[in-house]
Amino acid sequence: MSEKVLMKGNEALAEAAIQAGCRLFFGYPITPQTELSAYMSKKMPKIGGLFLQAESELAAINMVLGASAAGKRAMTSSSSPGISLKSEGISYIAGSDVPAVIINVQRGGPGLGSIQPSQADYWQATKATGHGDFQLIVLAPSTVQEMADFVGQAFDLGDKYRMPVMILSDGMLGQMMEPVSFPEKGDPVIPERPWAACGHGGKRPHNIVNSLYIEAKDLEKTVVERFKKYDIIKKEEQRAESYLTDDAEIVVVAYGASSRVARSAVNSARAAGIKVGLIRPITLWPFPTDAIEATVSTAKKYLTVEMSMGQMVDDVKLVINGRAPVSFFGRTGGVIPTPGEILEEIKKLND
Amino acid sequence: MDKTMNVLLAGFGGQGILFAGKVMAYSGLVDGAEISWLPSYGPEMRGGTCNCSVVISKDAIGSPLVVNPDVLVAMNKPSLLKFMDKVVSGGTIIVDSSTVDVKVERTDVTVYYVPATVLADENGIKGLANMILVGKLFKETGFVSQESLDQGLLKCIPPKKAAMIESNKKALSIGAQQ
Repeated sequence: MSEKVLMKGNEALAEAAIQAGCRLFFGYPITPQTELSAYMSKKMPKIGGLFLQAESELAAINMVLGASAAGKRAMTSSSSPGISLKSEGISYIAGSDVPAVIINVQRGGPGLGSIQPSQADYWQATKATGHGDFQLIVLAPSTVQEMADFVGQAFDLGDKYRMPVMILSDGMLGQMMEPVSFPEKGDPVIPERPWAACGHGGKRPHNIVNSLYIEAKDLEKTVVERFKKYDIIKKEEQRAESYLTDDAEIVVVAYGASSRVARSAVNSARAAGIKVGLIRPITLWPFPTDAIEATVSTAKKYLTVEMSMGQMVDDVKLVINGRAPVSFFGRTGGVIPTPGEILEEIKKLND
Repeated sequence: MDKTMNVLLAGFGGQGILFAGKVMAYSGLVDGAEISWLPSYGPEMRGGTCNCSVVISKDAIGSPLVVNPDVLVAMNKPSLLKFMDKVVSGGTIIVDSSTVDVKVERTDVTVYYVPATVLADENGIKGLANMILVGKLFKETGFVSQESLDQGLLKCIPPKKAAMIESNKKALSIGAQQ
């Protein structure tokens, strides 16, 4: 690993993408992801890559589809309202079975909302990013180091499963600086893409990348096949961090920025003698059901903490399935909860 | 320094609040501590106050947002009025007394009044009041070693602005003499 440097989360995402071999970035400006695009615009021309500020979010995501279909690693980034605009293209990417990395540095919503950190796009990322039957793999970093680490993993997962991968971040992680190091430079291994629609001089039958099916039965077959792949991903790719959960009677579930605040609260509660732990989902889809299931025999109560009105809490309830009470605490609109507020909730549950 | 030091630096946009925070954070990094730096980036940045949370800790950092600072550096009046009651009991407040004309009434915190803007002007380093205050903070808290502070400063000044190194060092040492 290289020497640790201080970087904003947004810059770490950009640098990591470059190191993962991404040379094509298509974006459209929006706060609070701006530093990511700015970094790309500065760096890409110097290394023979392309930074393109498209005329709109729609254009940017469709350029990603085109570049991916041609067999290249491509990426786009935005923040909440911009992701809504990109959702049509994301659905096309999923329907075309091509990889792509999409970054959402979430801000408060709905509408133009606020530019402050939020986690209100959980449902959008994991349930309904666009129209149709499909899923994205969704990774949720909680530190600037993870912002860097997850980008390469996102490209690799996308290639492995031929599907779009989203990094669901937020304005706090994007704007903050923390020490980060990158792996020692070596050329990233980018797998062959025999399905890509790129020039071949007539040496083979041509490839077509497409998401349109005239016959319903043909589409059904494709979608069913894709869901078999999703079943494998649900089994193979779940990730979560469990913190002090072994003897925990209360288990807090939180991801990304709110998991950091929750961890502070868990530490304070432990110091006060409360048996509490934290599960931090790293993959939001596939949801880490196994990590939560592993606590059901010991935990008496669950508390989900989010920077929203409560979205991931639904997935926690689906795993718990009535076996223990699942409560929720959240702040929304761009407000970051404080450790004190979460500690109060833990204490209430402990009484 | 205790296990964790939560610092909030606040002032007007343009006073170098974010840079001062970055120097502190980098010094902490050089010193081997866990650190985080979180700027305000909302509407307050575009007029009025701007602030920056810096956490320097021996342990992994939870929330990077400093709500109740151990140390508050206030470079304008609105910032002092907004945050002085949030400082933890036993904490420290460092005020640029050349730009702030109010006194802190609390008796459970230590307050240092440093006429940083005037000192910067008098010493020919206009615009470096921020670093004078960091110098004072360094003297009072010893949050890193002198060597780490020097290294941290170097990391924050790009090579093409190397001419700024000496004036920033001068500002830090003026602050440390207050």
